[in-house]
Amino acid sequence: MVSPEDEIIRKRQRERARIMALLLGAFVVLLFFITIAKIGINW
Amino acid sequence: MTSGALPSQAATLPADWRDLLALTKPRVMSLVVFSGLCGMLAAPLLPPLALGFTAILCIALGAGGCGALNQWYEAEIDAKMRRTARRPLPAGRMDRQTALHFGVGLSVFSVLLMGLATNWLAAALLAVSILFYVFVYTVWLKPRTAQNIVIGGAAGAFPPLIGWVAATGRIDTLPLLLFAIIFLWTPPHFWALSLFVRSDYAAAGIPMLPVVSGIAHTRRQIFLYSLPMAAVAVAPWPMGLTGPVYGIAAGVLSLGFVALAAAVLVNRAAEPARMAPEKRLFAYSVIYLFALFGALVADRLLAW
Repeated sequence: MVSPEDEIIRKRQRERARIMALLLGAFVVLLFFITIAKIGINW
Repeated sequence: MTSGALPSQAATLPADWRDLLALTKPRVMSLVVFSGLCGMLAAPLLPPLALGFTAILCIALGAGGCGALNQWYEAEIDAKMRRTARRPLPAGRMDRQTALHFGVGLSVFSVLLMGLATNWLAAALLAVSILFYVFVYTVWLKPRTAQNIVIGGAAGAFPPLIGWVAATGRIDTLPLLLFAIIFLWTPPHFWALSLFVRSDYAAAGIPMLPVVSGIAHTRRQIFLYSLPMAAVAVAPWPMGLTGPVYGIAAGVLSLGFVALAAAVLVNRAAEPARMAPEKRLFAYSVIYLFALFGALVADRLLAW
């Protein structure tokens, strides 16, 4: 039996984990484009 | 810093992501991002899209970090003011350590990413602006002197300079003038607000100018500051740094600002309900800065 407080904690943890995953994915994509841009400048 | 006698019901709950977002003061951030973007677009050479985007992202993250650290430090003061009492910390929806870690993390990350993606001069300026806002303005000046906004305004003046430096790698006259415009714009903008929320500041013990020196003195100062601000706003045109599109827009917008500041000067009301000129000036000052920087970019785009 999960208490209402545990339910809130898990809901928030799930939401934050989802957002963190999205942000990390976006960061990887951003690093990729930064790298391509830097290579372009150095040519 | 004052130690925490804030509501602690949320201490055991992980912070909601919406409250973390609120810590970054998104509305303030929008003006910071806009002025930073305009500083970059006004530069004579533009960086590749990915680097330009990253520079603006870093300015936004740095501003967000400042907002979080400001709210972490001022949580107890915020609890005493109606305007700020519903923020995540005074409302007890988040523990202080989360806000501190979030603010420091955002700030450090923004500076490192700026340095790696653009150049280290822009990163150094971003670091200086964050440190200035947190230590010089929030910790040192704001609780101590009525000049807090005058000197502390420098922190908010950095974004266009950072945007320009991120694009060019150097500091020139025009971004320094943009810095000066925001520096001189900040006191009348905040003093107009502090006139009609004076009781809030007084209750929280913040020595804003109307609390320390009175309403009439603040109104005079608002008008006096609007004059050099208008002069500096127009200056880039006669100095040959911009074209007539910016010059005329700056002239018209600044005339409007000075006219509204004059209306504040002649107002004699002491009750917030009768401070329509102050409220008008505060609202206009936000539009003024958006329009002025927008005109700068339009001027550049038309020149290309």
